[in-house]
Amino acid sequence: MRTTNNVILQTSIKILLFFIVLYSVYIFTAGHYYPGGGFIGGLMTAGAIVLLLIAYDIKTVAKILPVNYRILTAVGLIFAIGTSAGALLFNVPFLTHAFGHVVIPVLGDISLHTATLFDLGVYFVVVGVTMTIIQTIGEDE
Amino acid sequence: MSLLHLAIISPLLLAIFIPMLYKAFRNIHTGWFVLPLPILLFSYLLTYLSATTNQQTVAETLNWIPSLGINFTAKVDGLGLLFALLITGIGSLVVLYSIYYLGKEKEKLGNFYVYLLMFMGAMLGVVLSDNLIVMYGFWELTSFSSFLLIGYWYHREKSRYGAQKSMMITVFGGLAMLGGIILLYNMTGSFSITEIVSQSGDIFNHPLFVPALLCILLGAFTKSAQFPFHIWLPDAMEAPTPVSAYLHSATMVKAGIYLVARLTPVFGESPVWLWLIAGFGIVTLFWGSFSAVKQTDLKAILAFSTVSQLGMIMSMLGIGAAALHYETLDDNIFTVATTAAIFHLINHATFKGSLFMVVGIVDHETGTRDIRKLGGLMNFMPITFTLSIIGAFSMAGLPPFNGFLSKEMFFTAMVRVLELDIFSLDTFGILFPVLAWIASIFTFIYSMILVFKTFTGKYQPEKLDKKPHEAPFGMLISPIILASLVLIIFFFPNLLSQSIIAPAMASILPSLLETGKEFIVHIYFWHGFTIELFMTFGVIVLGVLLYLTKDKWKKVYGLFPEKLALNKAYDGILAGMQSGSYRLTSSYMNGSIRSYLVYIFGFFILILGTSLFAKGAFKMDTSNVASIGIYELLLAIFIVIGTVSILFSKSRLASIIILGAVGYMVSLFYAIFRAPDLALTQLTIETISVALFLVCFYHLPELKKEEAGMSFKLTNAVISVGVGAIVTLIALSAHSNKLFDSISKYYVENTYTEAAGKNMVNVILVDFRGFDTLFEITVLAIASLGIYGMIKLRSTRRKEG
Amino acid sequence: MEILMAFVVGILFMTATYLMLSKSLLRIIVGTGILSHGAHLLLLTMGGLKRGAAPLLGENAEAYTDPLPQALILTAIVISFGVTAFFLVLAYRAYQELGTDNLEKMRGTEGNE
Repeated sequence: MRTTNNVILQTSIKILLFFIVLYSVYIFTAGHYYPGGGFIGGLMTAGAIVLLLIAYDIKTVAKILPVNYRILTAVGLIFAIGTSAGALLFNVPFLTHAFGHVVIPVLGDISLHTATLFDLGVYFVVVGVTMTIIQTIGEDE
Repeated sequence: MSLLHLAIISPLLLAIFIPMLYKAFRNIHTGWFVLPLPILLFSYLLTYLSATTNQQTVAETLNWIPSLGINFTAKVDGLGLLFALLITGIGSLVVLYSIYYLGKEKEKLGNFYVYLLMFMGAMLGVVLSDNLIVMYGFWELTSFSSFLLIGYWYHREKSRYGAQKSMMITVFGGLAMLGGIILLYNMTGSFSITEIVSQSGDIFNHPLFVPALLCILLGAFTKSAQFPFHIWLPDAMEAPTPVSAYLHSATMVKAGIYLVARLTPVFGESPVWLWLIAGFGIVTLFWGSFSAVKQTDLKAILAFSTVSQLGMIMSMLGIGAAALHYETLDDNIFTVATTAAIFHLINHATFKGSLFMVVGIVDHETGTRDIRKLGGLMNFMPITFTLSIIGAFSMAGLPPFNGFLSKEMFFTAMVRVLELDIFSLDTFGILFPVLAWIASIFTFIYSMILVFKTFTGKYQPEKLDKKPHEAPFGMLISPIILASLVLIIFFFPNLLSQSIIAPAMASILPSLLETGKEFIVHIYFWHGFTIELFMTFGVIVLGVLLYLTKDKWKKVYGLFPEKLALNKAYDGILAGMQSGSYRLTSSYMNGSIRSYLVYIFGFFILILGTSLFAKGAFKMDTSNVASIGIYELLLAIFIVIGTVSILFSKSRLASIIILGAVGYMVSLFYAIFRAPDLALTQLTIETISVALFLVCFYHLPELKKEEAGMSFKLTNAVISVGVGAIVTLIALSAHSNKLFDSISKYYVENTYTEAAGKNMVNVILVDFRGFDTLFEITVLAIASLGIYGMIKLRSTRRKEG
Repeated sequence: MEILMAFVVGILFMTATYLMLSKSLLRIIVGTGILSHGAHLLLLTMGGLKRGAAPLLGENAEAYTDPLPQALILTAIVISFGVTAFFLVLAYRAYQELGTDNLEKMRGTEGNE
């Protein structure tokens, strides 16, 4: 990406980025009950990083976030397949999910769900894929 | 699955382990691992002999696709058992022979034995299946393994040519046969041979009867190398000699004969059947023996000889079908043709198998098979010489070898054709004995050439690559066994008659037998001074004369112009089909995406439009529609304006931005239509997409000039309006025809109880239909890797073009 | 509303088809983008519009809109994003290598390399 003098964008992005990422995480975790989920959360996170790319150049962003997005994609796939295949260990069909409630001090009653792990895989894959695409094109001369 | 099924597929199972055994035990010849199996199978099959001798059949069924009537029914009857014994018996000898023929250092034995076992299993499947579809599957597998075996030495151009040719011709016939099988199914409603045979009387006058017959015969004739399809067999001789001995003389080429014999009860009464089989058979007999005489390669002589002998068996089966027109057995003089066919089938396997092995030995020990280079080998290889005498004299039909017996019976059968008064055989029938006699003379000549040009005459050491010597003992075992059989069968022919030949005849001509009766087969050495014996004398006298004066009349072969040869025709047809199909394909596959899209959209309009109106599906029901709010109306108008304006935009940037705008409006629609997840997704995706588009075009070189707007094209316009109209009509009809309730009720009811979630869309994605999502993210990952590959892994840049 | 949507979808398809039949690679990609919008809206319309609350049980509504088409469309949106990106990069690389985005001109280079 070309480095231009985008002072306004660069300043505002420092604050905005925090909110966007936070919101995307919220959207992701809320997915099972309210609109949201892995796809939307992932895309939103990716959108935040794209915004960062627009404000700064690709090398700076790579320094800030030293993530290999292809590996992230693979990790996401392993998460998704792992949670699905994990069901086989309990002698139930592939992709059967389980859920339950746990009471944790301070936070209170929390409902836990293996589907969230699956969704986390989706989240990683979406971030990984989107960023791989954008980064590869962006780095191309 | 019964033991019988296991026996059929056991070669295929063993084939799986052969590559491992080959890798693990490099010092042991892989053939030793293979050898026990055919021997075991042979002994196992022998146990069925007592059952078939008593006119019993053994059938075991393994359900495969019962709803279509396709089941793996293994059935052992006289005919099937005869062939199965041939396959495993000759198979054992061939494997033994190959152990000495193929060196373990040079050859890729793993491949060889996998192919050979594949063939053995497939061939057993052909002869022991009662279901035509299963049989067809095995049938094609034999073609396939034959292809692999002919092309075993694939670095040789001729091997590849021969392999391709055999595949083309036999698979062509196989497909025709499949057509015939399906026609039979249409007539009888069954794929089971037993079932079809029981209905044979009813289908005789069916209009599909003759087409089915022709298709099936096409399969049989191509497989059994009948004129004019015989041209693949000489080229198949590029295979290693054990393969030629096994596939191309003893077993695979007899599959066609098996098929004809097997279906004689179905088609046998038809005059078309009799004339075609007997006619093609006798022509093949003549042409094969005639062509064999001019060959100079030992294996080529044997190849044409095999062609001619197959024709002989075929013609006998054809004539034998005439017996079906006689009610009783007692005065039936035509069953002798069928007896002779089966008897000769066995004899041919023994003497031709031994001859192939002898030729293999000669090739192996001298390095050539050309009779112009060979000669005088008698002193170096006495045992091989003796074996070749036995085989060749049997082939020529001389006593005291088994070929004499079956040749005499063949003459008997042909002479009796003159007594037939059906199907105008009383006039043209005279051709059969005459052609048979002439062909026998040529058979005599090439048999003599085979022996005497190789083993007697002048020894020419300067033309040979190696110094000839007798073959190792192991290589001689198999031909010795076969040659002894040649002699044993001559002296004790009736060992076979009631145990093997009579049950096989019962399978071919079942309608002639009353219940509980069996065919009485008795084979005689001595008929008295009959016309057959005089014919044999004539063959010997004329044969010797012609052999001695061969150089004088050889010019006859020059009379046939090379250009008219069948091989030329085959090559021409193949080349013509290639260029023809290339031209046809390139006439519509012109490399322009636009044309392809025009085809696709054209068919889209045509098929959907036709079915929409042909089925009367179009309906417009305005009673149950949602109300239109002012926002929605505005949104719809904006979307339409936006989309259409892309058509008129002149710059790329503008069209990308408008596309983005349309996307955002679509997401507003989602919001209005109570789909919050969709709206969110669409919004973020659209943002990222636009960024992507812009990034892509940011890097591109400057455009030389701004592109002009799209020029108007009438065809495109017509097609796109058509597509739009059809989609609108479908949307309207889909809304107006509600045939059943939505299946979504299940999700609404179970989202909380089953999956503990409240967002139905998300629960469907990660839980109920998680598989979709799993595959979807996989597709995404693949797409991203593809993009990464396209950009990062490019080959070095070529010069700027 | 469904009737109106049917026509909107028809127009989206029409435009998409016309764009895809053009010679310019970029227009083809834009065309596929429009085509997927059309297909998504078609799916949604076929499932019935505004038949209840959004498919969230938290709404405690009497009736909900059909969640199944929505789930399918969500999948389709993401997939079409992947496909569009792939096309785009394909076009981009082709443009870089061949210096044109005109399909008719690209054809000529086949086999000459």
